[in-house]
Amino acid sequence: MATVKTKRDYSLVGESTRIAIETGLASAEWYHTDVPRKTMKELMQRSDMPAIRDTLIWIAAILGSAAGGIWFWSSWWCVPFFCVYGVLYGSSSDSRWHECGHGTAFRTRWMNDVVYQIASFMLMRNPVTWRWSHARHHTDTIIVGRDAEIAVMRPPDLLRAALAFTGVLDFRYSLPTLVRNAFGKLSPDEKSFVPEMEQHKAVIAARWQIAIYLAAIALALCLWSFLPLVLIGLPRLYGSWHMVLTGLLQHIGLADNVTDHRLNTRTVYMNPISRFIYWNMNYHVEHHVFPMVPYHALPKLHELIKHDLPEPNPSMWHAYREVWPVLIKQLQYEDYFLERELPPTARPYRDEFHALTVPAAAE
Amino acid sequence: MAGWVEACGVDDVEEEDVIRFDHGGRTFAIYRSPDDEFFATDGYCTHEKAHLADGLVMDDIIECPKHNGRFNYKTGAAKGAPVCVNLATYPVKVEAGKVMIQIG
Repeated sequence: MATVKTKRDYSLVGESTRIAIETGLASAEWYHTDVPRKTMKELMQRSDMPAIRDTLIWIAAILGSAAGGIWFWSSWWCVPFFCVYGVLYGSSSDSRWHECGHGTAFRTRWMNDVVYQIASFMLMRNPVTWRWSHARHHTDTIIVGRDAEIAVMRPPDLLRAALAFTGVLDFRYSLPTLVRNAFGKLSPDEKSFVPEMEQHKAVIAARWQIAIYLAAIALALCLWSFLPLVLIGLPRLYGSWHMVLTGLLQHIGLADNVTDHRLNTRTVYMNPISRFIYWNMNYHVEHHVFPMVPYHALPKLHELIKHDLPEPNPSMWHAYREVWPVLIKQLQYEDYFLERELPPTARPYRDEFHALTVPAAAE
Repeated sequence: MAGWVEACGVDDVEEEDVIRFDHGGRTFAIYRSPDDEFFATDGYCTHEKAHLADGLVMDDIIECPKHNGRFNYKTGAAKGAPVCVNLATYPVKVEAGKVMIQIG
């Protein structure tokens, strides 16, 4: 079958958007592994305790590392403390933002909301627009022209991906976006996924965040010290590498424009520290197929449905080694992707996905 | 005026759970609350087309399986983003072990 190749348009109001809607890729029905209702109900059950325990550890570690950094501020001994603080602030806040945004971390709604707001601030993310963009990400995962959260577009910009580890690009995007929102402006893309009745909330949220950042800058000027900014704001630069390290693996190099998370999402086994920072989002296929399951139940869900999923990458190193040649090939053939093999026990991928994608991938 | 329609038996729905009921080309969700009362709403989430019957019932709340949007299934009230539009509810009665809903 001949395929007409067009360059991907990642705008959310462009040609790819129109095609995704017309072809039924937008808001489509996605593949689900069969799980008995009784079992799924048990997995979906909410509990405050795991997240309260983890949040207390998280806060204690943040305050402890901040205290160490402040105490040793005038010496190099502050560096290891800020290395820890930076990751807790700039990376683990992403998984807290994510789980609490879904409302699955805690059973009690206000606890999810409080942690969500704090984590959004730490990430310089507008809590309103990002809630809606993430809803879109789950509706249209890696559907070009619809998904607002595609981290690495095709052809991949490898320099940009590398710079992401420094946090510079995200910082450069997030801060001006907040400022723009604070002045009451939402971009056409933002307007495409934030309902009109919610847009004023995005403006108010941005103003609150900007006010706190201005207060931190004022404090830094009063004290004539960088310390307040090293504690508030700058960790987004020096501590976001772990978020990028783990987050990039979620979908990079895999298929786009398919409606089966087994094809476009990756599960990677990780060490316990990364799993704490990442709140088990390394079980990412499982999360996308069943977003109702809280982070603490994902390992159990993984055991239950792994017979139907591609084999997980055994480590982050393995996953990056696997994806690197794919990215290199995508520089020349942007339609190329990594198709992950299913075990014999899995239900096969639907034929139409292959009809759409394999001819291009075989180049 | 549409009358009462038999949706299911009382034992078909577990306590603090929900099932799907299709009738006349429409889909509904039938709930059994923790205090053993029955309720009915539209079957699809008002945010996007997802069956609420695949969601999670917690006390008075039904949480949509797709984006975790929450409604009070007793009143239909949307409880915040990403759901902004309330859910339609329907009168329910139990007769002779059957759950009946009135479809308008």
